[in-house]
Amino acid sequence: MTDQPTTTEPTPGGDAPAGSGLSPRKRQQISRAVQYVVLAAVAVFLALTIEWGELGKNFARLDVAEKTLPELFTIALKNTIIYSVGGFFFAFLLGLLFALMRMSSVRPYRWIAIAYIEIFRGLPALLIFLLILFLPLALSGFQVPGGTYGEGILGLTIVGSAYMAETLRAGLQAVPKGQMEAARSLGMSYTRAMVSIVIPQAVRIVIPPTTNQFVSLLKDSSLVLFLGVSGDYVELTKFGNDMASTHANATPILVVGVTYLLVTIPLGYLASRLEKRQAKGR
Amino acid sequence: MTPVNHAVEIRDLHKCFGKLEVLKGIDFAVDPGQVVCVIGPSGSGKSTLLRCVNLLEQPTSGRVVVHGVELTDRDVDIDAARRGIGMVFQQFNLFPHMTVLQNVMISQRRVLKRGKAEAEKIARENLDKVGIGEKCDAYPAQLSGGQQQRVAIARALAMSPALMLFDEPTSALDPELVGDVLTVMRKLAEEGMTMLVVTHEMAFARDVADRVVFMDGGVIVEDGSAEQVIGAPQHERTKTFLRRVLDPTHTDI
Repeated sequence: MTDQPTTTEPTPGGDAPAGSGLSPRKRQQISRAVQYVVLAAVAVFLALTIEWGELGKNFARLDVAEKTLPELFTIALKNTIIYSVGGFFFAFLLGLLFALMRMSSVRPYRWIAIAYIEIFRGLPALLIFLLILFLPLALSGFQVPGGTYGEGILGLTIVGSAYMAETLRAGLQAVPKGQMEAARSLGMSYTRAMVSIVIPQAVRIVIPPTTNQFVSLLKDSSLVLFLGVSGDYVELTKFGNDMASTHANATPILVVGVTYLLVTIPLGYLASRLEKRQAKGR
Repeated sequence: MTPVNHAVEIRDLHKCFGKLEVLKGIDFAVDPGQVVCVIGPSGSGKSTLLRCVNLLEQPTSGRVVVHGVELTDRDVDIDAARRGIGMVFQQFNLFPHMTVLQNVMISQRRVLKRGKAEAEKIARENLDKVGIGEKCDAYPAQLSGGQQQRVAIARALAMSPALMLFDEPTSALDPELVGDVLTVMRKLAEEGMTMLVVTHEMAFARDVADRVVFMDGGVIVEDGSAEQVIGAPQHERTKTFLRRVLDPTHTDI
């Protein structure tokens, strides 16, 4: 029946329970057939119950999709990238600072770093954005530099830096101790050895996980929606939401979703490629 | 005794790791130009002793003086002192993100502040000296263990040290690659470099060392010429160790 080589030898542990009388291979075939039948049944059920016409009219109207252009790319995607790249950049710097503080020999620095990391890893990202929204109220007269961009980037920086700190600390600790010893034995100071020898290697180690963190930051940039941005500052999600309201149709949401995937899927693929390459290099 | 003339002088050195006392009072000196091999069973404290000489391990008590500078002085400029002390590690510890040439140049540039051209010239000279001259642009991962260790020696030599420390430099190597590294070390010894070598290579100790020090249990048991310590050991512990190392198939277990 199948073109798989038939073996009479039972697979290890495949001792058929007494009385079943079927070979492990036969039982595997039956199990697979059942799985296909279930899949087909669900597909038929969905095909019959869903009103495809309605669905199409709500989620996939080409004329509405067309209206999202070109702002979808020139404004919304551009802003999403500005928010997430900006947030990532500062999250990386802040994360590195906290990672180094976390490993510092000065105890209060360690405490501060631990407190920061634990607090901001434990808070929902949305809450952080809401806090930023209320910052000018809490500190009267305070303005986040950079206006709307500044606020969005600040939010993502805070969200990202706590995770980044832990990732970078893991990366720094993954650099063998002998590297620091070799550098110090050549007369380098601790700081010089860190900058020239340890940090460059740690950054290489954390590239795959940080790529994933960038993807997650890119998705979190949708929370900029809650900062009440408008006009030229909207990013993808806000843009899709506004367009959907304007046209009383969900197509823009779908379009925006696809736009996210255009960026996130290649990045995820890149991250796993880098990870594999690194696994080989070690 | 005139302590100023010693390249290395160690007085009553103790080192504890937690409750474990690894060095139990070491007194020991190396004269300029001397090649001293430290032998002994694993766990005897010989690597720890070596690592105390450039303060990679902070001694618990005692004095370490190198080239007249007391390293155990709390206010010593340890980075400056280490410039004059080259160290070669068992695991090579080359910088994997840099080419061979960059490995040998980085500390010349960053620590000695040599210019690029000068640093590169010195790097190439030293790489030629250890026989790796044609591998300048390779990365450490592309080299064999023996080649990596020779690059590590070149890297240390590029700092023009007056003393070289070797911490079991051939222990991580395939047997057929040991000779390349030992040959480089022998040449270095013949040029008059002061060397302190922790090793298991008895042939090297016998042929090259001016002095052999046998350590066991955190103390120096025997200290003398190679003929004395390896050829005619006085202490039972030395004899037992040498029997095990020189004739491993007839060990009493």
